[in-house]
Amino acid sequence: MTEYTNYLARQVMLGKMNRREFMGRALAAGVALSTAGTLFATSAQAQEPKRGGNLKLGLEGGSATDSNDPAKFLSQVMFCIGRCWGDMLVESEPLTGQPVPALAESWAPSADAATWTFKIRKGVKFHDGKDLTIDDVVKTLQRHTDEKSESGALGVMKSIKEIKADGDDLVLVLTEGNADLPLLLTDYHLVIQPGGGYDNPGAGIGTGPYKLSSFEPGVRTTLEKNADDWRTDRGFVDSIEIINMNDATARIAALSSGQVHYINRVDPKTVNLLKRAPNVEILSTSGRGHYVFIMHCNTAPFDNVDLRMALKYAMDRENMVKTSLGGYGKVGNDFPINETYALFPEGIEQRAYDPDKAAFHYKKSGHSGPVLLRTSDVAFPGAVDAAVLYQDSAKKAGIEVEVKREPGDGYWSNVWNVQPFSTSYWGGRPTQDQMYSTAYLSSADWNDTRFLRPDFDKILLEARSELDETKRKDMYRTMAMTVRDEGGLILPMFNDFVNASTKAVKGYVHDIGNDMSNGYVATRVWLDA
Amino acid sequence: MAALGPDTGPAQATAATAGGESLPQSVAVSGTEPPAMATGPVTGSVWRRFSLRRPLAALILQRLGLSVGLLFAVSLMIFGGVEALPGDFATTYLGQSATPQAVENIRKDLGLDRPMTERYVSWLGGAVQGDFGTSWASRNSVSEQIGKRLGNSLFLAFFAAIISVPLAVALGMLAVQYRNRLPDKIINVVSLAAISLPEFFVGYLLILFFAVQLGVATFPSTVYDSMGFGERLSAIALPVATLVLVVLAHMMRMTRAAILNVMASAYVETAELKGLSAFRIIARHAAPNAVAPVINVIALNLAYLVVGVVVVEVVFVYPGMGQYMVDAVTVRDMPVVQACGLIFAAFYIFLNMAADLLAIIANPRLRHPR
Repeated sequence: MTEYTNYLARQVMLGKMNRREFMGRALAAGVALSTAGTLFATSAQAQEPKRGGNLKLGLEGGSATDSNDPAKFLSQVMFCIGRCWGDMLVESEPLTGQPVPALAESWAPSADAATWTFKIRKGVKFHDGKDLTIDDVVKTLQRHTDEKSESGALGVMKSIKEIKADGDDLVLVLTEGNADLPLLLTDYHLVIQPGGGYDNPGAGIGTGPYKLSSFEPGVRTTLEKNADDWRTDRGFVDSIEIINMNDATARIAALSSGQVHYINRVDPKTVNLLKRAPNVEILSTSGRGHYVFIMHCNTAPFDNVDLRMALKYAMDRENMVKTSLGGYGKVGNDFPINETYALFPEGIEQRAYDPDKAAFHYKKSGHSGPVLLRTSDVAFPGAVDAAVLYQDSAKKAGIEVEVKREPGDGYWSNVWNVQPFSTSYWGGRPTQDQMYSTAYLSSADWNDTRFLRPDFDKILLEARSELDETKRKDMYRTMAMTVRDEGGLILPMFNDFVNASTKAVKGYVHDIGNDMSNGYVATRVWLDA
Repeated sequence: MAALGPDTGPAQATAATAGGESLPQSVAVSGTEPPAMATGPVTGSVWRRFSLRRPLAALILQRLGLSVGLLFAVSLMIFGGVEALPGDFATTYLGQSATPQAVENIRKDLGLDRPMTERYVSWLGGAVQGDFGTSWASRNSVSEQIGKRLGNSLFLAFFAAIISVPLAVALGMLAVQYRNRLPDKIINVVSLAAISLPEFFVGYLLILFFAVQLGVATFPSTVYDSMGFGERLSAIALPVATLVLVVLAHMMRMTRAAILNVMASAYVETAELKGLSAFRIIARHAAPNAVAPVINVIALNLAYLVVGVVVVEVVFVYPGMGQYMVDAVTVRDMPVVQACGLIFAAFYIFLNMAADLLAIIANPRLRHPR
């Protein structure tokens, strides 16, 4: 309900809806007349952003080893910087997650969704004054897919067989149909660069609303407004200063003393204290990232579906959200999709903590002795505490979980995706298809639950090229149920993105796509002292 | 961390030079050489004659030679240590988002598929010629990047040192003059309290008072190229204050203890009987004899100020060497780790050598052992 009115308000802000339309739709949705009136007024008022000022961000997640080559963007800080100076072909709508045009003006699939044609925007200039051409687009995509590529988008681009220009249009030929292709091109690595970025990938020349003026990896980055920006609905502040602050307390001190306007990664444990600061606003956005406990379905003792079920019922999800996330999150239902995804299968029963059912399945599995769970605090914030909580709730069902704390160093290469039962973290993906293809397809590199199900793979591939949404939604329901009831995934919680700003920051857009307003925070907000 | 850093490294370095080698008699710091060495000049190699005629120069040359060997050993240890860490550069750099093909491409590109010894030798070959290579992660020249970070670290260490060293020595002397009276006790309690609190906590307290509540100090302390000198000074005020508080007590207490030790000796009693003022006795008669241990402690603390302040850097968001090296170790960026490690080791060696030399120069008895 509020999600929907927020969405309507956003449409007003974007100027996509007038008062009459807004009132009609809000009333139809059951909003009281007076409320709807006020809502429109505030949304319309918010429509006029102020321009000017120097926006300072204090961000965690940068390091001296950061590279400004979009193919090698890994950290949160580079994610945010890249969004400032560059554009992708496609962006995702903040509230619905639908693809919306960016450097590609429009697109159309072939009937089997295996060939896509993108119309490239005209009259866009790079920061060095050159015009954006189809050649730049083709070369950029090639650089992220060729055999020498070290790109983080390699996995996303795998299904693209051929990249070519057809006059001024871009044509992508896929190995098989994919109805979600435009969303894959929203990946933050796929910044369109002059000449594809082959010559000088780290130059920071793009088409974005800000030009890079200084870049010291792990320290500080400054950007200036691009006067020739092809869009007017973004880039409100004159300049941006991004300071790397990897210490949580330093970020909070800098924000509450007004030295920076915005910080990311507020620790859920201290967020309630920060709330008391008079000039601070907490910005919490539901997201697709989730904290998981993963079992290998093909490795004893987890190859027993009853044991897996017992361990799923032994998870006290409500308590996890409360203690691990300080309430800033939503309970999970053992499949990796939540309502922020398009075509989310509604109405699947929420799995709850049930020691009796857990004990029943545990007995049925015939397993005895302790179950070894490996964890480390690098898996997700508070993972070791969460594992101990789980140990406790499992004990009440008569299941003995042994928690083994592993070194954070090398956790991703030696424990995750190697050991049969461990804790981990998954960031969201733009589409359900991509989430399942990345981690649940039998042949996927990151199939970290060793979920080897030909029937599941078949539906996944069918759904991918299915252009009829109703049919597709049904398929996604079947897939969700399979993972939920037979897979090796215990998904206790989806975490919210918790950021904070001073009250001078206006126009923050809660984007379901990713953290920090999907990385666009600096280009979307304005300062109002 | 603060206490461990300065104490381990130099102790080994000093032991290696003083004990491991058969130092010529004339430069022996300990002064307990066997009498057989008295026949020195007769054995007559060029080196021996040189070392008798110019003992200090010989000592410096010898120390320099040993330093080179030590640096080589350090580089070998760093290489072995980083290799022993789980995961190589390609897998740790890409982290959870690694795909086999991207990992393979990075390995091939950087030559990580070659055997370990071959990689070490080729790195050493470059390093000997002064080429530390390029960072694997950012593909920029290591020397260029380190230059800036090292400059920042030295800038911070310099100001912390010129405040803390005179202050510590002066407070130490003051404490001796008023020993066991109120000023001595106050100095002791305050400085001990400061050293007992972890440095990040001291930092947070300063931030809380001066930046958040009073709003008078600059925070974060990030310094960058386009910053003026005045702005830089104001930016480093809080980290300098933190470092001063952290290193003060160690040096102050050593000054106090060393002078008190000397004060118990006969010649100080004589000076007292001559009717000299208490401060004159401390400054003219006691201090020069107490200087050797104090210099050693100061050297250790200076070394700590350059190489051991990563926690302070993180808390104050200061772009120094410590954070740079930690970032590099996290992703196993070998060329950067090696360069940082060697610079840190060189600092330790240099400061220890300087401390020994100063101690010898300050105390004639060490130069002319009986």
